[in-house]
Amino acid sequence: MSHNTLFDKVWDLHKVASLPGGSDQIFIGLHLIHEVTSPQAFGALRDKNLKVKFPNRTVATVDHIVPTDNQSRPFQDNLAEKMIETLERNCSENKIKFFNIGSGNQGIVHVVAPELGLTQPGMTIACGDSHTSTHGAFGAIAFGIGTSQVRDVLASQTIAMNKLKVRQIWCEKKLPNGVYAKDLVLHIINRLGVKAGVGFAYEFAGPAISALSMEERMTICNMSIEGGARCGYINPDETTFRYIRERLCAPKNKNWDKALKWWQSLKSDENSIYDDVITLDASKVEPTVTWGITPSQSVGINQEIPLLNELHPNDQFIAEEAYEYMGFEPGQSIKDTPIDVCFIGSCTNGRISDLRVAAKVLKDKKVSINVKAFVVPGSEKVAKEAKKEGLDKIFIDSGFQWREPGCSMCLAMNSDKLIGNQISASSSNRNFKGRQGSPSGRTLLMSPAMVAAAAINGKVSDVREFINK
Amino acid sequence: MKSGFTAPIGKITQIQGKCISLIGDDIDTDRIIPARFLKCVNFDSLGNSVFEDDRKTLNGKHPFDLEVNKGSSILIVNSNFGCGSSREHAPQALMRWGIKAIIGESFAEIFYSNCIAIGIPCFTLPKKSIKDIQQYNNNKTFFLEINLKNSIGKSKDLIFNLNIQQSSRKMFLSGEWDATSTLLENEHLIDNKFNDLPYLKFTSNYF
Repeated sequence: MSHNTLFDKVWDLHKVASLPGGSDQIFIGLHLIHEVTSPQAFGALRDKNLKVKFPNRTVATVDHIVPTDNQSRPFQDNLAEKMIETLERNCSENKIKFFNIGSGNQGIVHVVAPELGLTQPGMTIACGDSHTSTHGAFGAIAFGIGTSQVRDVLASQTIAMNKLKVRQIWCEKKLPNGVYAKDLVLHIINRLGVKAGVGFAYEFAGPAISALSMEERMTICNMSIEGGARCGYINPDETTFRYIRERLCAPKNKNWDKALKWWQSLKSDENSIYDDVITLDASKVEPTVTWGITPSQSVGINQEIPLLNELHPNDQFIAEEAYEYMGFEPGQSIKDTPIDVCFIGSCTNGRISDLRVAAKVLKDKKVSINVKAFVVPGSEKVAKEAKKEGLDKIFIDSGFQWREPGCSMCLAMNSDKLIGNQISASSSNRNFKGRQGSPSGRTLLMSPAMVAAAAINGKVSDVREFINK
Repeated sequence: MKSGFTAPIGKITQIQGKCISLIGDDIDTDRIIPARFLKCVNFDSLGNSVFEDDRKTLNGKHPFDLEVNKGSSILIVNSNFGCGSSREHAPQALMRWGIKAIIGESFAEIFYSNCIAIGIPCFTLPKKSIKDIQQYNNNKTFFLEINLKNSIGKSKDLIFNLNIQQSSRKMFLSGEWDATSTLLENEHLIDNKFNDLPYLKFTSNYF
């Protein structure tokens, strides 16, 4: 059983009680909500005649269903309009702060909370969205919950949960040039598999992790859930504190000093005990691309799609399903796979640094005529900053469509969808069957830089050939 | 969708019914309920749409469309069932189709806790036992009677020691699996915690 890790400390700090069944009652310091998983929770509160216990510990935005082309109200999609109206009403009736479209702070919930300074070390953070693990990048313990638990948090600011085990993933050395946080996390998931994390929190640590910016750390923690871990985190350090300082909701003046002192004390002890430790060499990671229907089915750009007998017996069943669905042959090279659609965005890779990296690759280049390419900034703030830096112009000049902020084609709840069995190069997080809106659509996950390279060549390419020239 | 659906309530001690086997590892919640069906403000109409895309692809041959599986209530799955998105819409859709319990090799974590929260017990069995059931169940009716008191699943010919998290089992047996009221019983402890947490002293009242 783990001992004195950051996870243990934050868990113990937030433990309200041991429940009769054996699980713990955990206080949730920050609750984030959006339009998809909250309406039924508010409905349940009304049915039970309960109030929101601490309305100022919940913050809302709208992201999943928002159109990224025409955002004028009412939305053209009646169902989407109904969902945003329901959220507006629930927030106003319950006095919950809502960052609506046009507020300057709307966007993907996991992009918005960190950039507002809401996400801070040592907190517990919950949201009805599996990618809540993103916030662990700040040394918070953050996890996705279902709608019934959203109801519980609204009503009691707590949830019932069994304590997780802790696995440290120690990343030696440094990522090479042209290899990004996305490649590292895809590599980790490939090595450990999509279910190794069930029952665990992942602590990402080591020199390769310390060297990452906050936005890169968010990319890593974001995809913990793709490895089965409900929660992933990184011990906070100077990079963390520097990122938070001066943000809208960051502690100010004397409170900043108090906060900083507390945050500096928050980390896994040197002699802390983990349930498991994995070590890997980040300098060996290549630009990584998925070829299958789970995020663990990936290869380095210069590798071939594995043969069935090269895989662990437990992975063969899903591999066969993947070959068939993707229309790929085992042993085929992933490089040069033709691409139909390029998507840059999502809570994994829709932040300003992601847009900068992609724009750098795209500058003075043109998107292949066979490719439909679009970029969806993660938030209104990201969009504003990108425009200030002229990134929107670089994208548009290259042939990318510049869109309004939202989740968009990561899960295709708006009108951005693949058609038929189109193949997308996508900076998002899931390559599940049908994920991007077409029941036969195919998704290749990769870093934003790799999506940009694929857009230019019209096929899967090694971005290092662009940036090392 | 079953007509006259009623959500479970109170103690759950026994579940009996026909099994429906769904073969495949890592079946994610996007497959259980594709994202376009999340455009709703209640769960009522989800039962018809469960596995919509997989069912269309298999054109009537999906287990959820086979005549032999009509009226089934115990779902038999393989490993990492329910991975991906946290959408409670997935177990809600299964429940509204008629599923009352799930037995699998393993479950994704958020899916598991969503099932428990809405009253669907999830049990695990070793790979071999799941395979046996799925073979037995292949195009044939297979009845199972699950007793939560001793976690035993019994059919006419077979008997299984089912595994379930102790905390979940106790909650179902006591009828306290609907967590909100249990959590609110500790209201004074919650208030104490709210007053004690260091960061709430320097970050409360943002707006």
